Amino acid sequence: MAHYEFDTPVTEQQARQVRVNDTVTLNKTLFGIRDATQIHMFDHGRKTRFDMNGHAVIHTAPNVKWVGETKATPSGYDSICIGTTTSARMERFTRPLMEQYGVRIIIGKGGLFAASQSAFRDIGGIYLAVVGGAAALETTWIEQIEEVDLDDLNPESLWKFRIKGFGPLLVAMDSHGGNLYTEVNKSARNNRAEVLAALGVKNAG
Amino acid sequence: MKVDLKQVEDASKEIYIRALKLLPPDIKEGFKRLDAAETHPTGKAILGTMIRNISVAEANTNLLCQDTGIPIYNVVIGAGVEVDGYALKQAIVKGCERATRDHPLRSSVVHPTTRHNEHTSCGRGVPVINIDFSDKPDELSIEMIPKGSGSEFNSWLKMALPADGIDAIKTFVIDCVLEAGGKTCPPTIVGVGVGGTADLCVHLSKVAATRALRTACTDPEGAKLEKELSSVVNKLGVGPQGLGGDSTAFAVHVETAATHITLNPVAVNMQCHSARRSRVTFTPQGLSYGF
Repeated sequence: MAHYEFDTPVTEQQARQVRVNDTVTLNKTLFGIRDATQIHMFDHGRKTRFDMNGHAVIHTAPNVKWVGETKATPSGYDSICIGTTTSARMERFTRPLMEQYGVRIIIGKGGLFAASQSAFRDIGGIYLAVVGGAAALETTWIEQIEEVDLDDLNPESLWKFRIKGFGPLLVAMDSHGGNLYTEVNKSARNNRAEVLAALGVKNAG
Repeated sequence: MKVDLKQVEDASKEIYIRALKLLPPDIKEGFKRLDAAETHPTGKAILGTMIRNISVAEANTNLLCQDTGIPIYNVVIGAGVEVDGYALKQAIVKGCERATRDHPLRSSVVHPTTRHNEHTSCGRGVPVINIDFSDKPDELSIEMIPKGSGSEFNSWLKMALPADGIDAIKTFVIDCVLEAGGKTCPPTIVGVGVGGTADLCVHLSKVAATRALRTACTDPEGAKLEKELSSVVNKLGVGPQGLGGDSTAFAVHVETAATHITLNPVAVNMQCHSARRSRVTFTPQGLSYGF
C-alpha cells in the first residue's frame, strides 16, 4: 500500500501505477461535475471550454455564494461547503468523460460499476474514494473556485477548483481490475446466510 | 397558547441551518460506540475522518455535508395551541426559503420533470410538512430534517404476503442493506416500516430512519424486531462507505402500524451517517432550540 502525491494533470503511466488500497493526495486543479452537467454534455451535445485532459473530476454540486469577481474569487463564487455525491448514478458517463475529454481520475463516494471498471482498464484511469458526508473537512482542501462553466445548470455547473492537499484518498478502483466495492459486496453477500440464520429466518425466499 | 407566526417563520429558517451544522448528541455518541468497536483498518480510518469532519464543521460553523437535502418539517401541535394551520404552513415555507437565500444554501430541490431549480429549496409539495397532534398542553414543536439524497435514493417497499410472515420482513431488510452497499453513506440508521398501507409503510420507514438513537419503538413487537435486527446487521461487513468493516449501521429502527388481513408490507428507508435533525419548541415561556 503506497501513498502518492500527484499534481494534476496526471499521465496514463501515473494512473496505471496506482493500485487499490493505495492512497493519493492531489494538488493544483480539480473539476466538479454532476448528473445534470454530464446529461447536458453527453446527451444534449453541449461542450465545455475547459481542458480536462489528464485531470481529475469529483462528483459534486457545491454550496457557493456569489460575491462577484475579485482577485480572491476569480469565478465570482466563494465556496461555502464542497462535498461529494453518490457516484453510482453517473456510471454511464465515465467512458465518454475519459474518451472525449481525457479525464484520468474520478473522485466520488459509493463506487462505480463494470462499465467504469472497463474504461479504467482500457484507457488508464482510477476511482478515488472520498469520505461522503465529510464536506466541512473537504472544503478545507479547496483553495479557490477558479472558474465555472455551464453555469445555467447551477449548482450542477462545471466547476474548476484550485486544490491543495486534497486527500489522502483511498484508491478504490484501479486500471488492473481492482474494485474494493465489489470485493466488499461479495464478502458481505457471503455473510447473508449466516445473518439470516441468526435472525431465525427459516424461509429466506 | 397563541402562536406567533413570525416567530415560526424565523425559527423555521434557523432550524434548517442548525440541522445542517450541528449533529445531534445521540449521533455523536453513536459514532463513539462504532469507533470503539471497529476492527477493520479502512473502516476505522473512515470513521476517524467522519468524526474529524464533525469537529471541523463546528469549528468553522460550516455545513457537515454539502447535501442540503429535501427539507422535511415535522410539526406536533399540543393541546390548547391556537394556530391557523394554513398560515403555519406558509410560515414554514417562507422560513425554508429564507434559510436558502440568506445563508445561502445550495437549493437541492427541482421540478421532477423540467428539473427547474427555484433556488429556494422549495417547490410543489416541498418542503415536506407533516402535521400531527399531541396531548401535551401548550406546546408546539417543529422538527427539521434535511434528508440527503444518497440515503433517500435507496428506498424500498415490498408488499409481502401474509404467508411469508416475519421471515419476509427480516430477509427484506438484510437484502436492502446489502443492495445499498456504500451508496447510502454508511454507517446508517436503517429505518424499517412494517404494516399499514403502502404509503403509510414508507412513511413509517422514514420516521424510523430519522428517530434519535437509543430510542425504542413504542410497539413492543416493533421494539423486539429492531433489537434483533440491530444485533446482527453489523455482521454483514459492508462497513463505513461500503469499503468494509463492522460499522454498517448505528442501529436498525422499526416503526409499525396495523395492516389489512391480506397484507404484509415492509419498507426500508435509510438515514446516512450525517444523521441531521434539529428542533424548535414553542411554549408560553418562549421558544427553545434543541434536537
